[in-house]
Amino acid sequence: MTAFWVLAPVMVAAALGLLFVRKAVHAALLLATVMMSLAVLYLVLEAPFLFAVQIIVYTGAILMLFLFVLMLIGAESRLSLVETIKGQRVLAVLGGLVLGSLLVIAIGQVTLASPVGLEAANSGGNVEGLADVLFSTYVFAFEATAALLITAALGAMVLAHPERLTPKESQQEMAARRVREYAEHGRHLGPLPAPGVYARHNSVATPALAPDGSVIEASINRTLVPPRPADEPDLPELAADEDEEGPQ
Amino acid sequence: MTEYVILSAILFTIGAVGVLVRRNALVVFMCVELMLNACNLAFVAFARQHGNLDGQVAAFFVMVVAAAEVVVGLAIIMTIFRARRSASVDDASLLRY
Repeated sequence: MTAFWVLAPVMVAAALGLLFVRKAVHAALLLATVMMSLAVLYLVLEAPFLFAVQIIVYTGAILMLFLFVLMLIGAESRLSLVETIKGQRVLAVLGGLVLGSLLVIAIGQVTLASPVGLEAANSGGNVEGLADVLFSTYVFAFEATAALLITAALGAMVLAHPERLTPKESQQEMAARRVREYAEHGRHLGPLPAPGVYARHNSVATPALAPDGSVIEASINRTLVPPRPADEPDLPELAADEDEEGPQ
Repeated sequence: MTEYVILSAILFTIGAVGVLVRRNALVVFMCVELMLNACNLAFVAFARQHGNLDGQVAAFFVMVVAAAEVVVGLAIIMTIFRARRSASVDDASLLRY
């Protein structure tokens, strides 16, 4: 019971923080706090297998996936907390309060008999007991889960695979385009400038400096340039790629 | 055992409010995960109350479905971000009219 009274306030506070933080990375860390505390509560509730699964699957796999996507779409950007639909936030909080108090009062009215406990069910080991139930009563649900996982993996692959909107440029066409750009706009014909790697910054993300001390933007790989919000103009090289899908 | 269920109800409510209040698609998704986790806690608590393992198996299935859902959901968020350069749920309103 001690574990519960220590962890419950932590969990509620972390979950409440999820509603107010301005950075998505902080939200992910708060969610990790809730999930780790839940794992410990599973251990208290005699579910050691779910304790391991919660840590491996939730904090290990799902939150890592969240963090990867966060890094891809820009972890630096601060989230806007401006309300777009008038009165929506007040109504949402009111509805939440009503739902919460309804649930808490309804559950508070119930008196449960003292819990049976899982000593009998876990006598042959928790994992063995779960396997017994999983592969007898729930074997069809288990097999349907396999189909679900394969469908999800395929769906993610299809969605993550970018469609080529324009035909691939051949080497000959690329050479012709560069010479044409040199003739029309005077753009440098040779390769892009190398990044500036100095004694103090040993990173390819360090831009090269021109003789007058200004930063040469073209010297950084454009995947290292942090993504910009929609209202700011893209770098010219980026705009050439992204604008094929129409105006934003 | 009631206090576990009450904690689960509180976490579920916070998750539901978060889905309604937050506008970044990723944070909305995290709130959905919070709701799923709250349900899992109730399942495991009731498994101990009734003394059999069916509740734990149900929580296990919820975890599997949540993993599949996260994979597809994050792929959709990535696709929308690639097309619109924004992860806000308010921006994806092309089908509104």
